[in-house]
Amino acid sequence: MRYLPHTSEDIAEMLQVVGAETLDDIFATIPEDCRFKGELDLPKMSEWELNDHMSSLAVQMAVAPEYTVFVGAGSYNHYIPSAVPYLLSRSEVATAYTPYQPEISQGTLQAIFEYQTLTARLLGMDVANASMYDGASGLAEALLMAIRIGRNKKKTVAISSLIHPHYRNVVQTYFDPTDYNVVELPYLPDGTTDLSPVDDMEDLAGVAVQSPNFFGCIENIQAVSDKAHGCKALSITAFSEALAYGLLKSPGNQGADIVCGEGQSMGIPQSFGGPGLGMFAALNKYVRNMPGRLIGKTKDVDGKDGFVLTLATREQHIRRERATSNICSNQGLCATMSTMYMASVGGTGILEIARQNHDKAEYLKSELKKAGLEVPFDRPTFNEFVVKCPDGFASKRQELIQKKIVAGIPLECYYPELADHYLLCATETTRKADMDALVKEVK
Amino acid sequence: MSHFAGTTGLIMNEPLLWEKGKKGRCGISIPTPDVAAAPLDDEFTRDEIDFPDLSEVDVVRHFTRLSQWNFGVDTGMYPLGSCTMKYNPKTNERQAALPGFAGAHPMLPPDLSQGTLRLMYELEQFLSELTGMYATTLQPAAGAHGELTAMLLFYACHKSKGEKRSKILIPDTAHGTNPASASLCGYKSILVESNEDGILSVERVAELMDEDTVGIMVTNPNTLGLFEDNIKKVAEIVHAKGGLVYGDGANMNAVMGVVKMGQIGIDAMHLNLHKTFSTPHGGGGPGAGPVCVVKELEPFLPVPRVIKDGDRYDLKYDNPDSIGRVHAFHGNFGILIRAYSYILSMGKELKTASQHAVLSANYIKEKLKDVLHLPFDRPCMHECVFTDKKQEPYKVSTLDMAKRLIDYGYHPPTIYFPLVVSGAIMIEPTETEPKENIDQFIETFRAIVKEAEENPDLLHNAPVTPKVRRMDEVTAARKPILCG
Repeated sequence: MRYLPHTSEDIAEMLQVVGAETLDDIFATIPEDCRFKGELDLPKMSEWELNDHMSSLAVQMAVAPEYTVFVGAGSYNHYIPSAVPYLLSRSEVATAYTPYQPEISQGTLQAIFEYQTLTARLLGMDVANASMYDGASGLAEALLMAIRIGRNKKKTVAISSLIHPHYRNVVQTYFDPTDYNVVELPYLPDGTTDLSPVDDMEDLAGVAVQSPNFFGCIENIQAVSDKAHGCKALSITAFSEALAYGLLKSPGNQGADIVCGEGQSMGIPQSFGGPGLGMFAALNKYVRNMPGRLIGKTKDVDGKDGFVLTLATREQHIRRERATSNICSNQGLCATMSTMYMASVGGTGILEIARQNHDKAEYLKSELKKAGLEVPFDRPTFNEFVVKCPDGFASKRQELIQKKIVAGIPLECYYPELADHYLLCATETTRKADMDALVKEVK
Repeated sequence: MSHFAGTTGLIMNEPLLWEKGKKGRCGISIPTPDVAAAPLDDEFTRDEIDFPDLSEVDVVRHFTRLSQWNFGVDTGMYPLGSCTMKYNPKTNERQAALPGFAGAHPMLPPDLSQGTLRLMYELEQFLSELTGMYATTLQPAAGAHGELTAMLLFYACHKSKGEKRSKILIPDTAHGTNPASASLCGYKSILVESNEDGILSVERVAELMDEDTVGIMVTNPNTLGLFEDNIKKVAEIVHAKGGLVYGDGANMNAVMGVVKMGQIGIDAMHLNLHKTFSTPHGGGGPGAGPVCVVKELEPFLPVPRVIKDGDRYDLKYDNPDSIGRVHAFHGNFGILIRAYSYILSMGKELKTASQHAVLSANYIKEKLKDVLHLPFDRPCMHECVFTDKKQEPYKVSTLDMAKRLIDYGYHPPTIYFPLVVSGAIMIEPTETEPKENIDQFIETFRAIVKEAEENPDLLHNAPVTPKVRRMDEVTAARKPILCG
């Protein structure tokens, strides 16, 4: 096997040193009745067989350019410049571990310091951590952080029902064994969160909305912050489309205390939903309550600038059961990928790409409207929006799938009141011709 | 010494990203708009974002230079205990980059996702086979996330029986993630001291286990690199009180095909695909931490579950007892591809991998135990733990020896862990390190021990060859600069 370099000669020499006769003997300390005596039932392939097999699985997937997929909902098809995967494949980046030895990890450390900085600038916040698993677990951690900041005295968090349904599922999973309450806020006819129930809530540690929300609508984060702060609760902004903040006013500029969301749009392949990037940022005053790794700038013994992992006393390997979270890793490679992407697009490029997303989605929205579909929520959107289709659109959608067009996702399974409503997405990669083809089909 | 890998080289300076570039540059090709601009009201839009504008050349040179300041598995021997820094096969990268996988949307109907669903279904089968468990979930995004998932499963299982337990037993050798994961579930951690052999004692577990205790979290082999001999009896005691046994699979690389955890009393365990199954560590992630469980816990696994119906794969959502989702989609699928590719490349030889990993660790232990203090002198599993006790008279610490290894071209072992051993040096060579390199590492370590006696300042001042030397971590934490 090409990954196992020991020859029989090597093995014989080493066995002699350790005082064992056979390879089985070296497991002598394992009690007889704990040992598995059979053979593993696993297939094995040569590399070319594996290539054929994997290719045969991959071709069964509905992906561009064969398919036109008008679906976002937390996973977005954005163009990734070739330089990003190329740089990322450098094995000094990919095959290194957590930078516990800073002297030989300055590459990782500086890249993540740059990631923290660019993420904080994107979101308008003081400080971002080295990343969480994904947007969903990031939100759960943000809510727990808000409760911690309230010294566990306030036990309720309010979350918008327009936060991605999967993110809300994850929050529910995290909160189930705790004695904290999660209250869902309903939505208004314009497609934004109804904040009025917040006034009657006691014991509130935080209020969370997603913007753009699951319907694609841009929330009024300032109003959420005002409302939350009025109840001495924290304002938390979640997001599933990081690229929106290339164009939209940042959460930090609208009073958010904690901002968390999915950074997949920043140069990371969709890859069936993972790995993604849990972007996580907060105000400086809350930094010691943050979960996750942080990289800080410092100097070495010669006075040279460099970077280290820092504020580790919050973390599980030091504080154990009293840590701010159990998270041990970060999405290092994805964070690095997003840094490469943000560096590639730059300040000028990110605005232009974000604008194109907005413009394409507006075009598709208005053309579908002209074709007779209803746009039920009139709040401005970024690159996704909801349409109400005529009865029986489900079979039309199936028909379109046969023609390799995926016309959004149905919302009824998440919002039972929204039968015949579909969520559609267009990004900078969506061509006008493909949008026109869809419009022609639904006319 | 005959020859060693470490040397000095040409290292380029490189500023921070925002200290480079010029307004108006762009490193990405932006398409010409094919639809009309649709202005968005100013009330919604932001001021210009403060990102540097860089050309593609600026970006490529920046990250190339940064990469050269890093040490990776492909650079040299990386004997970082408990982390299983084995070689990351390049074929895995090819498979993960296939456009059908890389471009797959996670919310399309199963009919449009048969390839990924089949891969997940089969990977679950492989992992269940390796662990002797009944079922596996692939959703957890990392080892610690897997631990949390398992604690949630235990909570749900007890709840289904009308029980709510408040404590959990955790050995003193455990990773910090174990107590932290248990806390997230509201469980109080009860410390179980290991015995004089460095393993769990049946008596201590029996004293502590009661009907308010959820069960026990055991890392096996444990973080001292020792197999928990009493595991079956421990499991019996825990089960007798209605408890459940969690297996932290961080050290699975020692026992593939040798021990099936499902057959020795473990009820749930996580696997670190980035350790045992060769996926790259990525400078700290992403990993993947699938959880394998016995039949009793299967109804509680996160949804959706991948199922097979004839030749067709589907997603099943309606499991009423499920704890719900732990990930927005299907877990770190890109990592799952690599682990699947690795398992198919290795097949039954996964057992050979474990055998060689254990052989190499024992070989190092035998070759260094005369110069380094070995707190538990018995056969180890895939890693061995020494201390700096013999170097104390020379005022040389574990940290000093670790830093000196850098000068010689090695990544240091894990140090000061496990916490129960003062000044621990935990060495895990893995099965992919050739014997010549292991011999050279041993020779180097022996030379360093000699330096410690003869010229300890060489160690106190180490490392001297990398881009930077020892960092001021105290100021970094006291006056944090976290943003540029």
